[in-house]
Amino acid sequence: MAANAVLSPTAKRRPVSWGNPLTYALALAVAAVSITPVVYVIIGGFRTTPQIVADPAGLPDPWVWDNYARVLTQSDFWRQVFNSAVVSLGTTIGVVVLGVCAAFVLARYTFRGREVLYTFFTLGLLFPAGAAILPLYLMLRDLNLINSYYAVILPQVAFALPLTIVILRPFLTAIPRELEDAAAIDGTGRLGFLWRILLPLSRPALVTVGILAFVTSWNAFLLPLLVLGDASLHTLPLGVQNFSSQYTSDTAGILAFTSLAMLPALIFFTFAEKQIVGGLQGAVKG
Amino acid sequence: MTSTNPTLDLAGGASAPPAGPRPARRSSARAAETRRKWYEIIGLTTPAVIVYVMFVLVPMGFAFYYSLFRWRGVGPPTDYVGFDNYVLAFQDPIFLDALRNNAIIVFGSLLIQGPIALGVALLLNRNFRGRTVFRLLAFVPYVLAEVTVGIMWKLLLSDAGTINAMLESLGLGGLVQAWLADLDVVIWTLLAVLTWKYVGFAIILLLAGLSNVPQELNEAAAIDGASWWQIQRHVTLPLLGPTIRIWMFLSMIGSLQVFDVIWVTSVPAVRSLGASATMATYMVDNGFFARLWGYGNAVAVILFAISFVAAVLFQRFLLRRDIEGAITRRAN
Repeated sequence: MAANAVLSPTAKRRPVSWGNPLTYALALAVAAVSITPVVYVIIGGFRTTPQIVADPAGLPDPWVWDNYARVLTQSDFWRQVFNSAVVSLGTTIGVVVLGVCAAFVLARYTFRGREVLYTFFTLGLLFPAGAAILPLYLMLRDLNLINSYYAVILPQVAFALPLTIVILRPFLTAIPRELEDAAAIDGTGRLGFLWRILLPLSRPALVTVGILAFVTSWNAFLLPLLVLGDASLHTLPLGVQNFSSQYTSDTAGILAFTSLAMLPALIFFTFAEKQIVGGLQGAVKG
Repeated sequence: MTSTNPTLDLAGGASAPPAGPRPARRSSARAAETRRKWYEIIGLTTPAVIVYVMFVLVPMGFAFYYSLFRWRGVGPPTDYVGFDNYVLAFQDPIFLDALRNNAIIVFGSLLIQGPIALGVALLLNRNFRGRTVFRLLAFVPYVLAEVTVGIMWKLLLSDAGTINAMLESLGLGGLVQAWLADLDVVIWTLLAVLTWKYVGFAIILLLAGLSNVPQELNEAAAIDGASWWQIQRHVTLPLLGPTIRIWMFLSMIGSLQVFDVIWVTSVPAVRSLGASATMATYMVDNGFFARLWGYGNAVAVILFAISFVAAVLFQRFLLRRDIEGAITRRAN
């Protein structure tokens, strides 16, 4: 039912009107609390450290580009962006491919043990990734995977699988049986049905799980902290943390680095927001 | 949708599904088709099962095994100590502080974020010009990486930082604190930062839930003369129940294993005194950085056990009905 709601969002739109002043006052207050610290950090990046020390709450006077220029040209920023991109894309592709295959079987096949298999996967929702981190490190060490992208990608795929399957299965189930029968009559096997009909139809759900996996991976800190000791493999969160502890006195530089590290997530989310809220509709209500 | 299907149990105890109707007569073509079907089932699920078992289930098993040894992580563990590591943990006042801090974060998050998120979600669900922009702005803290949030607040909250300077200039100098260094204050500071960071997640979930509330219901209530407040109280809120409970569940599990924000924001010295430690930071500090692998794994098992018991209890008492329709919907 919920999946249907997302596949065919109720198209009825109320006329958009100007709300009353109270609505705007409250909305502005919410926005202010949310973004003032962020704006402060971004603007702070345009000041010099002496300016910040003299008046922590002031505006740049004059505005300096040097901090941002320094981070973009001299630090490992781009290297870390690259590493983050590789790890996040690898994780996303892995989660979506493995998740779709498993969810497809759990949604469209009738077989003995199906619900046991599903419960087996949902059990993973109860395993906090944090709790498994120490043995995970030891295992990756024994597999000689420490200091490789795989050390981050594989566990992230594994821990994202349960949620992915839980979100995807209702979507794949909701697609009418008649389509499968029609495809069968036209001589398309089940796998052809998956590839040519099911996947295109469940694009919204695929994008949602993809975005969730990507953002989680992009922001991840604990796992990379333990398994990526080699600085040349550091992802952006590790880079930000290192920069801030290495150059403690360079407040302006830290602010600039932090701002730049925020940007990709903010841009990405601006474009994907509708998709995330839309995709979650299926997951939060039956 | 009230389903009569067997409910799935998040905590385990799977209910066996009714097997599909057995063919009365098996022609060889049908046998071939059945075989083909099983090849597909096995071929498609095996990669996921292998990755999941290997990187989620196996490590948890090993955590328990390692936790029974005194072990520095070099060579195979040999110094078997039984449950000593667990006893040690519960005798360590720092670990007990970490437990208390986790409890503060779990309940503090639920009690503070819940009402705020509900209010903001109802507000941003109203239809007014610019709503999309305000929604985006409200989600910003949630989207940012934990590390950037941590470093940002660490700078803002430092002794000579912006927050204190602003308090001073507003004539509120009496409120100036050592936000991150005062042992009695730091956990509440961290709770505030966590609230700022994660309330957006609750808002996203609630907005998704709100968009599932049929518009017709609100319109019908409005025609019957109900005010906006009455509609929210008597129509929307009850329908939002499942979403609220699922958020509570996710928030609770997240609070029990919180690591990133705490680790980055709080000073190691303060953490090592227990004032700002959580179970997860305690585990990483002791297991990974102090190389007490056996002990660290015992803490991991305790963390897991507490999360597991909390999840099962929550599911038994609050989530039972919702699970049926939501996160473990039975396919059919």
